Amino acid sequence: MTIDPANWEVALAAIFLVMNGALSLLLDLGFVRQMLVAALRMVVQLALVGLVLKVLIDTQSPSLTALAAAIMVAVAGYEIVSRQENPIRGVWGYGLGAGTMLFGAALVMMFALHVVIRPDPWYDPRYAIPMFGMMLGNGMTGIAIGMNAMTTDVINRREAIEAHLLTGAGRWAALTPSLRRASRTGLIPTINAMAATGVVYLPGMMTGQILAGADPSQAVRYQLLVMLLISGATGLGLVIALLGSVMRLTDSRHRIRLDRIRIAEGG
Amino acid sequence: MTIAGFRRAPYRQRMADGPDSASSSGLRIAGLSSAVLKGVSLSVGGGEGRAITGPSGSGKTSLFRAIADLDPNEGTVSLSGEFRESVAPGDWRRRVAYVPAEPAWWLTHAGDHADAAARDVAARLGLSSALLEKPVKSLSTGERQRLALAIAFARKPEVLLLDEPTSALDEDNRDEVETLIREQMAGGAALLMASHDPAQLERLGLQPVRIDGGRIVEGAP
Repeated sequence: MTIDPANWEVALAAIFLVMNGALSLLLDLGFVRQMLVAALRMVVQLALVGLVLKVLIDTQSPSLTALAAAIMVAVAGYEIVSRQENPIRGVWGYGLGAGTMLFGAALVMMFALHVVIRPDPWYDPRYAIPMFGMMLGNGMTGIAIGMNAMTTDVINRREAIEAHLLTGAGRWAALTPSLRRASRTGLIPTINAMAATGVVYLPGMMTGQILAGADPSQAVRYQLLVMLLISGATGLGLVIALLGSVMRLTDSRHRIRLDRIRIAEGG
Repeated sequence: MTIAGFRRAPYRQRMADGPDSASSSGLRIAGLSSAVLKGVSLSVGGGEGRAITGPSGSGKTSLFRAIADLDPNEGTVSLSGEFRESVAPGDWRRRVAYVPAEPAWWLTHAGDHADAAARDVAARLGLSSALLEKPVKSLSTGERQRLALAIAFARKPEVLLLDEPTSALDEDNRDEVETLIREQMAGGAALLMASHDPAQLERLGLQPVRIDGGRIVEGAP
């Protein structure tokens, strides 16, 4: 038997957020406004996505599904830029983040839908949209962290990189240390999630399935599938984004182009 | 064709400069402009040297960086008759060695930056093998400056761009660096050197070029 919580019971869970808010006001910690806005955004966004998913699943329309996916990519691309302290300027910064995230997520999704899950039709929004969302969400975080680590490293180590270039080294050789550091930084959330899953914490998706009455072993299989796909998509998107960043942060004469970075004030 | 951040000089200007004028050995610069520089023209032949003088912020370092092709710039730069854009960036920087006033490092240990030839020159400058095994951060400013010069000299470049090369050195090491500079010039290298020490410029026999506000104001071309 599954227990289906009523709306008022879900709302009751917010009591601890209210306690957090009270603590923030009492101790002047200054996060009450941020937390309130984030909680309201979450409620509105999840309520809307629930409605949208219902429409998509009911209609099974490929064009509506594609439209929903396109909107998700556009918003995630914006988030990639806005989460960076020192983003690459202009359309390159947005295009590189959104494009590589889409490439990684779409490639892995197509594989999952055609080879692993094989729903009918293959674009069945019940499977495609939630999984695409999870891949975009994780890819977005990894790519934003990685690209920011890359630009920050190039800003901080400009003299050392140029010293290497002055020996006759090419841009790829001179930027390899930055590339390595940025790759590791961008993949930390993914690697940590894989390493800690099942021991330190139970993933939200799997827990949600179990709470909704699914068989735990089936929930574990889905969770493994999703984690593997997410890690693959994030790594793929991140590496291509960083390779593109090397190209954009240098020019055809192998010069460092800090003028192409919107450097944070005081940075 | 315009390459991002690098514009060739107009065809007419290149032809006016002439292949003959560009083909002589040494470095030739015409109308070099960047964010700081405003149309700098000068030439220095192989085996010759010129001193770049001027107040702080006048554009001396920007000039060296532009010649080494580290910053976007416009104008004509040629080396022994070859226009810079026809030379691959790595090859250009191997032929044109630039040593900044405060050299930077990309590897942990000092010696990792130096090949056998550079270690030989470093020994002449008083840098022992044991010292080169240390992390570069543990070296003094003077030791780092000598190591950077040793690496540059060992490459036997066609052009040496030295920005205050002896500012952190004692008299003995300064003299040894000056000896090595003379050897490089005797071997055919063209030298551009920034220095605030008139006596040093005299010892090395360098003709001064004064730069201010990104322009040559005295002693050009």
